[in-house]
Amino acid sequence: MNRSSSGCFKFDLSEDHTFVACRIGNGAGFLGDNLDAPRLLAESGRLDYLTLEYLSELTLSILARVREKDPAAGYAGDFIGVLGSLCPALVAQSRLKLVTNAGGMNPASCAAAAGGVLVKAGLGDEVIGVVTGDDLAGQLPRLQAAGCRLENLETGEPLDAAKYQVVSANAYLGARPIADALAGGARFVITGRVADASLSVGPAMHEFQWAWDDWNRLAAASVAGHVIECGAQATGGLYRHWETLDLAHVGYPIAELAPDGSVTISKPPRTGGCVNRDTVIEQLLYEIGDPAHYLTPDVDVDFTTLEVEGAGVDRVSISHATGRPAPEQYKVSLAYRAGFTASGQLLVCGRDCTSKAQACGQMILDRVRQAGFELDDALVECLGAGQSAPGFLPRCDVREVLLRVSARDRRREAVERFTKEFAPLITSGPPGLAGYATGRGSVRPLFAYWPTLVPKTWVPPRVEVRTARDWAGAAPAKISV
Amino acid sequence: MTGDTITLGEIAHARSGDKGNHANVGVIAYTHAGYEFIRQQLSSERVERYFAPLAPTRVERFELPRLGALNFLLHNALAGGASQSLRIDTQGKLLGTSVLELELPRPANLTAMLRARKG
Repeated sequence: MNRSSSGCFKFDLSEDHTFVACRIGNGAGFLGDNLDAPRLLAESGRLDYLTLEYLSELTLSILARVREKDPAAGYAGDFIGVLGSLCPALVAQSRLKLVTNAGGMNPASCAAAAGGVLVKAGLGDEVIGVVTGDDLAGQLPRLQAAGCRLENLETGEPLDAAKYQVVSANAYLGARPIADALAGGARFVITGRVADASLSVGPAMHEFQWAWDDWNRLAAASVAGHVIECGAQATGGLYRHWETLDLAHVGYPIAELAPDGSVTISKPPRTGGCVNRDTVIEQLLYEIGDPAHYLTPDVDVDFTTLEVEGAGVDRVSISHATGRPAPEQYKVSLAYRAGFTASGQLLVCGRDCTSKAQACGQMILDRVRQAGFELDDALVECLGAGQSAPGFLPRCDVREVLLRVSARDRRREAVERFTKEFAPLITSGPPGLAGYATGRGSVRPLFAYWPTLVPKTWVPPRVEVRTARDWAGAAPAKISV
Repeated sequence: MTGDTITLGEIAHARSGDKGNHANVGVIAYTHAGYEFIRQQLSSERVERYFAPLAPTRVERFELPRLGALNFLLHNALAGGASQSLRIDTQGKLLGTSVLELELPRPANLTAMLRARKG
């Protein structure tokens, strides 16, 4: 194999099998992550690929609501500013490619905005591939008519779409459409919902041309993607021994994949944080269930066979990944409206602060009741008194706690009334209270989730590849893949 | 804590997160001896008892011997999860720090379980 593209994997059989690893760095772990991290990583990471991960389950539902209000919105807006900051690096490093799920609920609009940024930077001829097909919200009747019961994975109950106000329903697509977009010449790939790890698996599959049933290598790439998908959580963020790590300047993670499927995790030189066996294992265990079956759309990964070893300063190798055939179905995250919520806080001081805070919380809820609202659910927390989780009880007499009261109800007006019952305590509550200056809490809509599965054959991913200039101008011309 | 007990944090580190309404708590021993000890001592029942205030409906334990780690899946421990929970810790982020305060009987070979001094 010998590709003339600017891909990182170049080897010539006549030249002694010189394999070059593929370096994938992840500069964002969620929508809200540090805005400078992608640029700093791209500038100093010697990357082949920069990935940017923006979508949690909750983020997608919020983006769905944003799109309801503005049909041109609904993608990760942060990405557009980030892309602008990346342009100098993209100009300087012609082989650097970018893969992101910033498209959220509206990948085409995201590509249009991104195209505009690239045109301005003189990168208008570069190609953006857009991956869609994950958004199933409009297709639920069709899927159900075809016999897909959309059963709740936890309760087994089939979805009664008439009963729930569905806000979003997205399949977690896999790496294949990303690899297809790259094969179609894309330097930028913008997706909606794809499995987080697939953001790394797509580039690996494209570069190494592994077979789609090479389960062990798919597992290796998925492990790499899993470790870096939450950004700095692999490089010292959340690490138990964080004290000496200069997290203010933390470097974001890089996964180096070798053609044999071995993985090395590192970070750019002269950055804060650290990469050691402990930080990598902590992150391997992050948000997993059965470690023998870490399911992605690409492969069923077994983490129990992994070997994790230090490989130099801020370098850790991961080997012996094993995988089994990928699931036949896509996981679907379906969100429906579940009422409204709000919370408010007050500082409560004095030697009786915990009981006083508890009483204040009850006063607030009592007054909501007097106003005619029986709240569906409410919670009073005295933060500082050891109530947030086991093991945090103070060892001494506490003289100040933060009172936090939260409520949830189907009726917006009930939750609105709740937010108005904090301030009256200024004059009608006990002494030793402060913190009213933050004003009334805002009322947020709540979403509930209906985890379900859809056969892969019913959800064809779509890949559209056009130049940045085309996307920016929303010209109809298409290059099919 | 008495002289007869240690806290889990003396011999292990941890990380926690959410999976919908479930939380997972990964516990990683610093040494092989520590792993063998927590494998014996840190049963799913023990962890379920510790996290009883969060009212998990079930706790599952998974072993990762090559990584010296145990993974606990706390079913329905998040009061609705990231999207719906009224708690300050909607996503179970605190549970990794919390579990390290769990008390265990003091092992005879405690020194073989402590974190090696690193530069």
